[in-house]
Amino acid sequence: MTADSSVRSAPRPAGADEGELLDRLRRGDETAFTTIVTGWSPMMLRVARGHVSTEASCEEIVQETWMAVIRGLDGFEGRSSLRTWVFRILTNLAKTRGVREARSVPMSSWAPADDGPTVNPNRFRPADDGYQHNWTPVGAPTPWLPGPEQSAVAGETRRLLGIALQELPERQRTVVTLRDVHGMSSDEVCATLGLSAANQRVLLHRGRARLRAVLEDYYRGAGVETS
Amino acid sequence: MTEGTRSSATGLTISCQEVVELVTDYLEGELDDATRAELEAHLALCPGCGIYLEQMRQTIDELGHVPVESLSEQAQNDLVAAFRTFHAPGTGT
Repeated sequence: MTADSSVRSAPRPAGADEGELLDRLRRGDETAFTTIVTGWSPMMLRVARGHVSTEASCEEIVQETWMAVIRGLDGFEGRSSLRTWVFRILTNLAKTRGVREARSVPMSSWAPADDGPTVNPNRFRPADDGYQHNWTPVGAPTPWLPGPEQSAVAGETRRLLGIALQELPERQRTVVTLRDVHGMSSDEVCATLGLSAANQRVLLHRGRARLRAVLEDYYRGAGVETS
Repeated sequence: MTEGTRSSATGLTISCQEVVELVTDYLEGELDDATRAELEAHLALCPGCGIYLEQMRQTIDELGHVPVESLSEQAQNDLVAAFRTFHAPGTGT
């Protein structure tokens, strides 16, 4: 049985429900507030991490953001989505803090730094071969059995992915986490991080390719029992 | 298949090494029509690349289940308390 992709941690952008959500918040609906704090704070922590160096600073920035949201809610005019507005507050606070901590790495300057192949070139046939640049027999990927979503290995594959995510270069980690862990859209990630669509895709591609390779190493190396 | 048709046959004008660098653009729906058709033709012929693509999808799916960090429970409770102070109906006493 395949894991259901609807079991994701983060709520999707509110869309048509946005107006209702805003009404509930303005009426003082604590459940609505708790829902967005719970749902959005993990993403906000990750975005903040791109600007400041410590977990404690990230948490403070996210808390400050929510306090600003609480105070500004009645004045919010709804020209952008609520979530966009919240993330804009967050980004402004994080940048200010980042400058103060002298760790300012403006995300707008995030050109993809690393290039080169994402799969070891040794796994493909050489250029003078009739089937140049296609998989060699040994290099070709083999199916993962049991699949990473299967209960026998799901705990371990997710643990490995969590570790591997932390080891990705910061920009790849942020993009992959927002897109694939939190389910943000590419448009929202680009807007939040100030990235071009092309740069966002490069970072996503490199990060995902690295994580796939980590799982492949696990399957090839650890000799997963396929009893 | 003959030597002469191999390099120009549909699905074989791109190599496996190119396919693995196109998978994200493919999954994002960002390939132009001609490149997408070529890539899909390649996938239909090439088990290795089909497995690679499937593993990329599996990796993405599993990332959706990786535990995430959030604010401490105390911090979240403090925020809800602040929200209550500012917004609860009938407050201001």
